[in-house]
Amino acid sequence: MTDDRESILSRVRGALAPLDERAAMPEYTTEIAVMRQMIAGRDLLTVFTERIRLVNGVALTDPAALVEKLRAGGWTHGYCDPALWPRLAPHFGADFKVEIEFDRARVDDYAFGITRAAGAIAETGTIILNEATTSRRLAALTPWVHVAVVERARIFADLPQAVAALGPDSNVIWCTGPSKTADVEGILIEGVHGPGIQIALVMQGA
Amino acid sequence: MRFQQIDQFASELKADKRASVYQSTKSTHEKRTKLLFDEFADPNRLRQIAGEIKQHTLENLDTYLPAVEAKMKANGVQVHWAATAEAANAAVLAIMRARGATKMVKAKTMVSEETELAHFLEKHGIEALETDLGEFIVQIDDDHPSHIVRPIIHKNRREIATSFEREGLGAYNDDPETITRRARQFLRHKYLAADVGLTGANFVSVESGRMVLVTNEGNSRFCLAATKCHIAMIGIEKLVPRDRDLALLLNLLGRSGTAQELTVYTEFISGPKSPTQPDGPEEMHVIFVDNGRTEVLASDCRDILRCIRCGACLNVCPVYRQASGHAYRSVYPGPVGAVLSPLLMGDKFAEKADLPKASSLCGACNEVCPVNIPIPDLLLRLRNKAKEEGVPSPGTPPMGAWALLASQPMAWRAALVGGKVMNYLPTKLLPIPALRAWEAKRALPAWRGGEFRKWMKSRKSRAGL
Repeated sequence: MTDDRESILSRVRGALAPLDERAAMPEYTTEIAVMRQMIAGRDLLTVFTERIRLVNGVALTDPAALVEKLRAGGWTHGYCDPALWPRLAPHFGADFKVEIEFDRARVDDYAFGITRAAGAIAETGTIILNEATTSRRLAALTPWVHVAVVERARIFADLPQAVAALGPDSNVIWCTGPSKTADVEGILIEGVHGPGIQIALVMQGA
Repeated sequence: MRFQQIDQFASELKADKRASVYQSTKSTHEKRTKLLFDEFADPNRLRQIAGEIKQHTLENLDTYLPAVEAKMKANGVQVHWAATAEAANAAVLAIMRARGATKMVKAKTMVSEETELAHFLEKHGIEALETDLGEFIVQIDDDHPSHIVRPIIHKNRREIATSFEREGLGAYNDDPETITRRARQFLRHKYLAADVGLTGANFVSVESGRMVLVTNEGNSRFCLAATKCHIAMIGIEKLVPRDRDLALLLNLLGRSGTAQELTVYTEFISGPKSPTQPDGPEEMHVIFVDNGRTEVLASDCRDILRCIRCGACLNVCPVYRQASGHAYRSVYPGPVGAVLSPLLMGDKFAEKADLPKASSLCGACNEVCPVNIPIPDLLLRLRNKAKEEGVPSPGTPPMGAWALLASQPMAWRAALVGGKVMNYLPTKLLPIPALRAWEAKRALPAWRGGEFRKWMKSRKSRAGL
């Protein structure tokens, strides 16, 4: 394998040696790749709410509305990040069974998973998950409904801003709507390997 | 009459397959155009800049590759190098054996299609399961993908339902939603039982050593939540210099590939899981794969290495729409494949030398390309290469007689008038192979030779010239 490293790098050098001049890195501002007119001067939560709806996700600001939605869908058994549970528990009725430990041997038992998000992107209706804030990768992925609790102040306007905020985290995931496929005859089906329902619960001081 | 291979495939393609490929490529292409041009003031500028970024990276791979290797190692990633497909597969096997691993779940990666990794591992007693719905169906059918982004664009729901029934995934049901749910239920327990998750990478930032993976289904997320070891096979051309370049390229990738503003899941992975995270890989390996890329880099077609595998050129291509992906007999079909596939053949170039010729050079592929690859120019260079290497070209009519005629004005004028005789001849019966091949698929238009000259003359006289 060390030999392969040397042989690849020497072939690369050999391939590039005859070039008189190498292509320069273009100078550009990341602003060019932003859908400006969509964001300009608008409240980011409003834009985010509008945009997540376009990708068939849901943004809520009231925990009571979340509980209502879960109940209406018949999703009464789920997981909640233990750090969030004290704050959310008062909203859940006795008809719910919420676990704060996630057991991977019983993935099919959890209809919903509630975990913290690292932020959101208004421009695209995206929820940002990362290693530091997600209590369990599996709990944010395997239940039919994923609820990401987003801090109101952590909504970024656009992709360049969200990229700038990646930080040192080793696993950042942008989620834009529920998991989907169009592999069968180009027909859109939601809920493939990940959540079929993606909810963002936007809160102050989450 | 013998056609070139790609023409032969196209002529034998079943009408329903052609119709499904045509419909879905056309609709994706139309959505893409709307999405790009509605939202950005100058989408062409984005394509140009993205192309320049990738070209710059390619032409500086000699510094960027060691730089990204160092960064990744600092991030806790084990970096391997593989000059050939065999070496890449062997590296994966060695990693698995060292862990005593016997089960792999795979996200979609084109480079693993190049190396035929799943077949290789299965020969060595390792279960290597494709998890992308389309790739999973390709795998259970022992078929090949026919599109970079939409592997089963050539299959209809009835065929898929039959395969699922055969594989014991439930009684025949061709409802796409039922098919998807059954795959979900079957595969989730496979992820949880697997030892290793294998992915590719769409981009790698040299600056941070982050790799970026995009998927819609969430299968790569599942691979990296359920298993303890992550192996990423990455072509050496996937680098971009900085994190900020990712924002631009991601904006273009989803729109160009599937007409989405952003693919559902965009994962930025720079190392194994953190110690406090219960789920995910404790060990992360990256295998940088050459497999012919350095040869392409050394050629005058190096621009093709900018490709970000979005599939937009397939969707817009009139030849792909008629021929479908299998006609290209390669991992990479369509316009990008017509350039890349023959080049990746190395000294077996001649076997795929027909691909660059299967193009009208209309230029649509260049116009949609998110990294602005001049595909028609590259196709011409490869045609020239085939000619210089004396690759035979069956089915191409001899042009010598035409050249002679066209260079003699008197003869040309006579032929224009004389050609009218064609309108009265049973052309279908003439013993001219090229003509018969043409007429097997369509009618020869009526001969109208000389009309343009007549029009030109009358125009001049009207204008008093």
